[in-house]
Amino acid sequence: MTSPRTISKETGIDDTGYKYGFVTDIETESAPPGLSEDIVRFISAKKNEPEWMLEWRLKAYRHFISLLDNEQLPKWAHIHHAPIDFQQIIYYSAPKPKKKLESLDELDPEILKTYEKLGIPLEEQKLLAGVAVDAVFDSVSVITTFKEELAKHGIIFCSMSEAVQNHPDLVQKYLGSVVPYTDNFYAALNSAVFSDGSFCYVPKGVRCPFELTTYFRINTAQSGQFERTLIVADEGSYVSYLEGCSAPMRDENQLHAAVVELVTLDNAEIKYSTIQNWYPGDENGKGGIFNFVTKRGKCQGVNSKISWTQVETGSAITWKYPSVILQGDNSIGEFYSVALTKGYQQADTGTKMTHLGKNTRSRIVSKGISAGHGSNTYRGLVKVMPKADNARNFTQCDSLLVGDKCGAHTTPYVEVQNNTAHLEHEAFTGRVSEEQLFYCRQRGLSSEEATALIINGFCKEVFKNLPFEFAVEATRLLEANLEGSVG
Amino acid sequence: MANAMLEIRNLDASVGVADVEILKGLNMTVRRGEVHAIMGPNGSGKSTLAYVLAGHPGYVVTGGEVLFEGQNLLAMEPEDRARAGLFLSFQHPVEVPGVRLSEFLRAGYNSIRKSRGEEEMSARLFNQMLREKAQLVEMEPSLIQRSVNEGFSGGERKRNEVLQMAILEPKLAVLDEPDSGLDVDAVRIVANGIERLRRSDRAIILITHYQRILDYVVPDYVHVIVDGRIVKSGDKDLALEVESVGYDKYEEELEKSLSG
Ligand SMILES: Nc1ncnc2c1ncn2[C@@H]1O[C@H](COP(=O)(O)OP(=O)(O)OP(=O)(O)O)[C@@H](O)[C@H]1O
Ligand SMILES: [Mg+2]
Repeated sequence: MTSPRTISKETGIDDTGYKYGFVTDIETESAPPGLSEDIVRFISAKKNEPEWMLEWRLKAYRHFISLLDNEQLPKWAHIHHAPIDFQQIIYYSAPKPKKKLESLDELDPEILKTYEKLGIPLEEQKLLAGVAVDAVFDSVSVITTFKEELAKHGIIFCSMSEAVQNHPDLVQKYLGSVVPYTDNFYAALNSAVFSDGSFCYVPKGVRCPFELTTYFRINTAQSGQFERTLIVADEGSYVSYLEGCSAPMRDENQLHAAVVELVTLDNAEIKYSTIQNWYPGDENGKGGIFNFVTKRGKCQGVNSKISWTQVETGSAITWKYPSVILQGDNSIGEFYSVALTKGYQQADTGTKMTHLGKNTRSRIVSKGISAGHGSNTYRGLVKVMPKADNARNFTQCDSLLVGDKCGAHTTPYVEVQNNTAHLEHEAFTGRVSEEQLFYCRQRGLSSEEATALIINGFCKEVFKNLPFEFAVEATRLLEANLEGSVG
Repeated sequence: MANAMLEIRNLDASVGVADVEILKGLNMTVRRGEVHAIMGPNGSGKSTLAYVLAGHPGYVVTGGEVLFEGQNLLAMEPEDRARAGLFLSFQHPVEVPGVRLSEFLRAGYNSIRKSRGEEEMSARLFNQMLREKAQLVEMEPSLIQRSVNEGFSGGERKRNEVLQMAILEPKLAVLDEPDSGLDVDAVRIVANGIERLRRSDRAIILITHYQRILDYVVPDYVHVIVDGRIVKSGDKDLALEVESVGYDKYEEELEKSLSG
């Protein structure tokens, strides 16, 4: 007597499928662990920074210390972790030797190999595919490719360190203009110790002909990564930007506290896409990246548009709310998000749309997927200020549960101070249904393939906003991340 | 029994949590090339039989055995049954939002090919094949680019199921009411589609409430199932008898045989 195997509802988790967990063997130059005014000065000196930059860092540092002393750490997020010891973190780590690179041939072959393993198109021939890459290894931007081609259009795309040296006027004007160092705990920390990041400026009327890409990699143990990205789209310009991330598997948690600022002037548009695949920790929740990121865009000009698309699959903890300040009349803010948590991952993510100008519109599409013991929280705020006549918002936050040990929470807030506002909200929470799974399996798909297919369908609305190659990568990443989480 | 493709012996099955016995010692033998029609009142266990054969995890087999080409079918995962050549056309096909029909079917098709050590088919070639086969059931080509069954009418869903059978080319197709809810023309179209998929090396189990479809797909055997058991088997004329007299007679006979 035989009976068909019943599929257990319990979800077996296997996080060892993380493919990017290797460590690169290169010499690095690191500061000793710990945070002090000297470290801030050390970082600034290493980078040969002008006085104003150091001053700004120091102000941020003092603000951070006052917050730390008053124990004003962010507490409201739906996440749990052991306290972070900020004196145990290495705030500066750079591949050695750190001389200016003229071509790819001069790059440490070990770093090149790392990026090859990650599948990043660093080599010249792959650049023909139309992707310009800025790669940040630990804290320092290693190389920016495609620079000349971009220069032809007057587009500046370089590391933040270079921008501070070569375009101080632009940096001084916009750095901190969207996310001041007083904004929040991690923004203050980042402002004090940020080591590098990407800078991009697209001049008036220029449509950037490539997808610009920054790839972040945390390699050194114990190091934190605090990069700072600033993108300015001048009047009538357009740029699409993609950010990717990964890190080796390590037992201890690593901190990633980045700040990204976007500014669009009149009629300009920035499309910012993120595929985040930091190491999430092992199957017991040990190790992994703490991803505490402040991302904000300001639609400063009329008719301008900022669109965030994010696919979050990695990190032990993600705490991230890409937001848009809709200042210019008729400006548009968008947020498309897929966040997958499995194992013991926690994500608290969402967006904030602040309507200041007239006829401003925002659109939020959030898709949370929880598997294993994952916890996924959507936290959103739509704020309509008194002068924002005819503001419109559409919010859709959907959650999908895989298995019955995971959780999903949605916390949408609205704050409306203008009665001409029009807000719409839709929400859905469901499970990958047994009927859907069975239907797919009857057609020959394994339960993993079936789950991935159903989840892909669930994410379709977000994925279709990604540049094509990255949509393919996002799909693959979801599948890889679901391996072992089903069945 | 040399040619038996499917051997069902004394099959008992109940539905998951409720633990209600639905199939009660069901026996059936299907050989290559045969078409078996199954008829029976609502709730008699027809879909349950189809689901149990396909390996639906909500149903539990409590007794008996099923051999598919000599293999123990009940020990196989649903996808392995599909890969071994078993196809189920669902009575109520579900929606899979956001997944294009073409994408869905190609994924299944390629998964089956891979399991047989064959090369995957490219999207271009597959879509070409899909368009050709869609003509078999006169399916609106635009449906192929829509999400699986999402917003499909009842009739469109049924055509879609038969289209999927045409693509996956199973050895054994279990068709659960492919004709219910169809208008007169659609029954003819779907039935002709099935008839054209009839082959000497393929067996079909066709579950239906109506004799009409059997005018197009003439069965070799007709079985009447009542209360989880086959109470009568015969040739195509049995379907005509069922349609004229209903099931009362069989139910009464069953009761008598049980009490007697
Ligand atoms: N999930 C379930 N929970 C409880 N009872 C169920 C479940 N699924 C099926 N049943 C019961 O099992 C019996 C057989 O159902 P089944 O769907 O096999 O009937 P059927 O012969 O296909 O009927 P129809 O002609 O209406 O399609 C019915 O009494 C039904 O209510
Ligand atoms: Mg039925």
